[in-house]
Amino acid sequence: MTALLTIIVLVFILIAIWQMVKIFDLAQAKNENTQVATDKDNTLNGYLMMGFLGFIYLITIISCVKWGDLPLLSNSASEHGPTIDNLMVISLVIIFFVQTITQFLLHYFAFKYKGEKGKQALFFADNNKLEAIWTIIPVIVLAGLIIYGLNTWINIMGVDESDDPIVVELYAQQFNWKARYAGADNTLGKANVRLIDLDRANILGLDEADPNAQDDIITTELHLPKGRPVLFKMRSQDVLHSAYMPHFRAQMNCVPGMITQFGFTPSKTTEEMRATLEIQDKVKNINEIRVEKSKKLVAKGEDPLERYEFDYLLICNKICGKSHYNMQMKIVVETEEEFNAWLKEQKEFKNSLIN
Amino acid sequence: MSAHADTHAHDDHGHHHKETFVTKYIFSMDHKMIAKQYLVTGTIMGVIGVMMSLLFRMQIAWPEQPNVLFEALLGKWAPDGVMDADIYLALVTIHGTIMVFFVLTAGLSGTFSNLLIPLQIGARDMASGFLNMVSYWLFFVSSIIMVISLFVEAGPAAAGWTIYPPLSALPMAQGGSGAGMTLWLVSMAIFIASSLLGSLNYVVTVLNLRTKGMSMTRLPLTIWAFFVTAIIGIISFPVLLSAALLLIMDRSFGTSFFLSDIFIQGEVLHYQGGSPVLFEHLFWFLGHPEVYIVILPAMGLVSEIMATNSRKPIFGYRAMIASILAIAFLSTIVWGHHMFVSGMNPFLGSVFTFTTLLIAIPSAVKAFNWITTIWKGNLQMNPAMLFSIGFVSTFITGGLTGIILGDSALDINVHDTYFVVAHFHLVMGISALYGMFAGIYHWYPKMYGRMLNKNLGYIHFWITAVCAYGVFFPMHFIGMAGLPRRYYTNSNFPLFDDVSNVNVIITIFALIGGVVQIVYLYNFFSSMYYGKKATQNPWRATTLEWTTPVEHIHGNWPGEIPHVYRWSYDYSKPGHDVDFVPQNVPLKDGEEELQH
Repeated sequence: MTALLTIIVLVFILIAIWQMVKIFDLAQAKNENTQVATDKDNTLNGYLMMGFLGFIYLITIISCVKWGDLPLLSNSASEHGPTIDNLMVISLVIIFFVQTITQFLLHYFAFKYKGEKGKQALFFADNNKLEAIWTIIPVIVLAGLIIYGLNTWINIMGVDESDDPIVVELYAQQFNWKARYAGADNTLGKANVRLIDLDRANILGLDEADPNAQDDIITTELHLPKGRPVLFKMRSQDVLHSAYMPHFRAQMNCVPGMITQFGFTPSKTTEEMRATLEIQDKVKNINEIRVEKSKKLVAKGEDPLERYEFDYLLICNKICGKSHYNMQMKIVVETEEEFNAWLKEQKEFKNSLIN
Repeated sequence: MSAHADTHAHDDHGHHHKETFVTKYIFSMDHKMIAKQYLVTGTIMGVIGVMMSLLFRMQIAWPEQPNVLFEALLGKWAPDGVMDADIYLALVTIHGTIMVFFVLTAGLSGTFSNLLIPLQIGARDMASGFLNMVSYWLFFVSSIIMVISLFVEAGPAAAGWTIYPPLSALPMAQGGSGAGMTLWLVSMAIFIASSLLGSLNYVVTVLNLRTKGMSMTRLPLTIWAFFVTAIIGIISFPVLLSAALLLIMDRSFGTSFFLSDIFIQGEVLHYQGGSPVLFEHLFWFLGHPEVYIVILPAMGLVSEIMATNSRKPIFGYRAMIASILAIAFLSTIVWGHHMFVSGMNPFLGSVFTFTTLLIAIPSAVKAFNWITTIWKGNLQMNPAMLFSIGFVSTFITGGLTGIILGDSALDINVHDTYFVVAHFHLVMGISALYGMFAGIYHWYPKMYGRMLNKNLGYIHFWITAVCAYGVFFPMHFIGMAGLPRRYYTNSNFPLFDDVSNVNVIITIFALIGGVVQIVYLYNFFSSMYYGKKATQNPWRATTLEWTTPVEHIHGNWPGEIPHVYRWSYDYSKPGHDVDFVPQNVPLKDGEEELQH
C-alpha cells in the first residue's frame, strides 16, 4: 500500500515536471530555443545570485542568533579549556571575515558581469602581483594560527608528572564505562583482559598478585576533585571507543591492546557549573522542550519525562556498535573534601572480589 | 609515439563499423561509451546512496518513531516501522562508502577522465581500450557485490565507512561485521583493482598520446586535474588494498595485525600484539588523498567551465597547475589529522597540524583565481556555470572550517562531532557533486548529442543550492554544541535535547533537496531521447572535443587529428573577431602566444 502510494506520488512529480517543461518550451517558442543561456537567463540568474548571497548571510545570522550560544565556545570546566576556546573564537572570527568577503565577491561578480550580447570580456590571464598577494596573506595568517595552535596543543598534551596528578583509569566496553582510581598509593595495579574473571567479579582484569592493585577502586561514576590535575589512562576491552568530555574540552580514544592518556584539571564543580548563566539558560530551554514532549507522551498514556538537571557527562564518540548512542557515564566534580569522602565509601579491589 | 597511435587508430576506424549490440553497448572498448557506462552506474549508485541518507536523516529528526517508508524499504530491519539501531549504522556506513567511492570516485573521475582525456588531448582513444573495459567491468562487479551485501542475513557492514577494527573485524561485536563486512572488503578490493587500471591508463594516455603541439603547458586544466588525480590514486589506493587484505587475514585466518587483548561476550580472544592504530594509519594514507581524488577532478571541470562561460581565460593558469601539484603533494602527508585523538604520539600530531594547515594556501590561491576569472567576464549563466559558481561557494564555506579541524588543539573538541560532518560534506561532498553536475550539464551534448533542458537545470540548481546550505550550515552549530556523529538517536539522555529541533530543520531541507534530484534524473534520462539536438560546439568553447562530430565515431575524428597551436583559454583575445579561438587554429601572423 505504502509502496503504491509512493509510486503514485513519484509518477505525479514526473508528470508535473513534464508539464512544466512544456510550459517553458511554449513560452519560448517564438525564438529558437537552443537550451543555451540567453540574455534573459543571464539577467534572471544574476539577480538570483544576489538573492542567494542574501540567503547565505541570512542563514549565517539566523544560525548564530538561534544556535550560536555554544557550549563549546565559552564556559569550559577545565583549566586548559579557555585556551582552546580562545583559539576557537579567533579561528571563527577569521573564518567569518573571509567567508563574508569571498562569498560577496563571488556572487556580486556573478551578478555584475552577467552576460549580454555584444559585450566584451576582459582578456586578463595573469597577474603576478595579485597572485603573490593572495599567497602571502594566507601564509601569514596560517603561520600565526599554526604557532598558536601548536603551542596550545603541546601545553595540553604534555603531562607534567611533577604536578602530582591523580591517576584515574577510564575503562571502556560495549556499551558502558568504568573508572578505576589508583587508591592511596596513586599507582594503578597491572591489568590485562586475559585476567578477567567474571565469576570472581574481577571485571577489569586486574592482577590479583600485584600489590598496587589491592587498593584500586572501581566505580561506575566518575568523581573528580576541583583544582587537582587528573591524568586519565584509557583502556578498552573490545573495540575502539572514545572518551569525550565536551565540557572539559577533552577527548581521547580507548584502544584495545594499548593504554592512551589525557590529562586536565577540572576548574568548576558540578554545583558551580549549574549556577552559571549559560547552563541555567540551557537547562531551562531543555526543560521547556521536555515539558512539551511530556504532554504528548501523557496524551498517549505514557510516563512523562523527568526534569533535566545539568550533569557533566563522559560520552562515547567513536562508533562502537549497536548501542554506541547510549554509552555515557556521569561525571561529578566536587571539592577535594567531598571527593575524598566519596572515595572512602567505595570498595577497594581486594574487598570486592568474590572468593 | 603519437604518429604510431594515429595510424593504428586509423586501422581500427576502418574495421569497426560492423559492431554488434554487445561490443557497442556492453563490452565496449570505446572511451566515450565507457564514460557513459561509468556515469549511468554511478548515477544508480548515487540514487541508492542518497536515499539511504534520507532514511537515516528521518530517523535522526524523528527518532524511534514509526515511519511507513522504513517499513516499506527496510523490512525486517524496521519492526513496526521503527528503524533498528544496527541498520541505522549500516545505512550510515554504506551511504559513506557508496558516495565516496562509487559515486564521487568512479562516477566522477571514471566518467570525465574517460570522456575528456582522449578528446581534449587529441587522441583516438585511451592507451589501452581493453584495460579500460576491464576497469569498468571490475567497477560494475564491485558495485553489484556492494549492493548484494545489503541483503545479507545479519545486515551489511556497519562499522562506519572507515571500518576501523576491532569493530569491523569481530562478528560478535556487531551483526554487520559478519558476512556483510566480508562482502564489503571483497567489493572494495575489486574496486581498487578497477581504479588502479583506470588510473594507469589515464597517466599513460596523457603522457604518450597528446596530439602534435599539445604540450603539457597547453593542456586544459581538466586534463591536469585528471592526470594528477590518477597519480595520487596509484600512490595511495594500493595501501588501502593492503589494509583490506590484512583485515581479511585477521578476520578469516586468525592473524593479529590490528587486534590485541580483546575480551568480548564473556571470552578472551587469542589475538595478541596487533594495533588498531596501524589500521588507522593505513586507512587514512589512502583516506585523505581520497578526498583530493574526489575534489581535484571537480576542480578541473569547474576551471574549464568557468573560463568557457565567462568568455575569459582562466586566471593564473600556471598558478592553478602549481596549486594542483601542491595540493596533491601535501595530500599524501596529512593523513594523521584524522587521528589526533587516536592515541598516536602527540608530537606526530604537531607535524600533521603543520602540514594540514599548509593545504589552505594552494586552496586559497585556487579560490581567488576562480573569483578573478569571473571578474569582468561576460558570464553565460548556463546550468553548468551555476553549478561551478555553487562549487566555489561551497568549497569556500566548507574549506574554511578546515582550519579548525586541522588544528590539533581544536580538533580535540570537535573531532567526530557534526562539525566534521558539516565540514567534509560541504567541502568534498556537495562541492564534488556540484562539479560532477556542472560537468554533466556541460558535456551532455558531447556524450549524448542532445542538450539538457536548461530550465529544469535552473530549478535543479537553485533548489539544490538552498537545500545544501540548509542541511549542512546548521550542522556546524550542533557540532559545536558537542553532538557526536553516528548516534542512532540523541534523545536517550537530555544533554542534547535542545538541538533536536535543529535536526528536524536539517532533515526537512534534506528531504526537499533529495526529492528535487528527481527533476535532474528526469532531465537526464528524457533528454537522451527527446532533448534538443546539439550543435557541434554549443558553448563556443576552445578545446578539441568540440571539433569532433556530434555523432560518436570510433577514433573520434573522421579525418586527421587536429594539431594544436595555442593553449585552451583564448577567450575574448584582442585581435580576433570572435570571442573564442579554438586550440586548433594557427596563430595569426604576428600574434603572440601568451606567456601564461
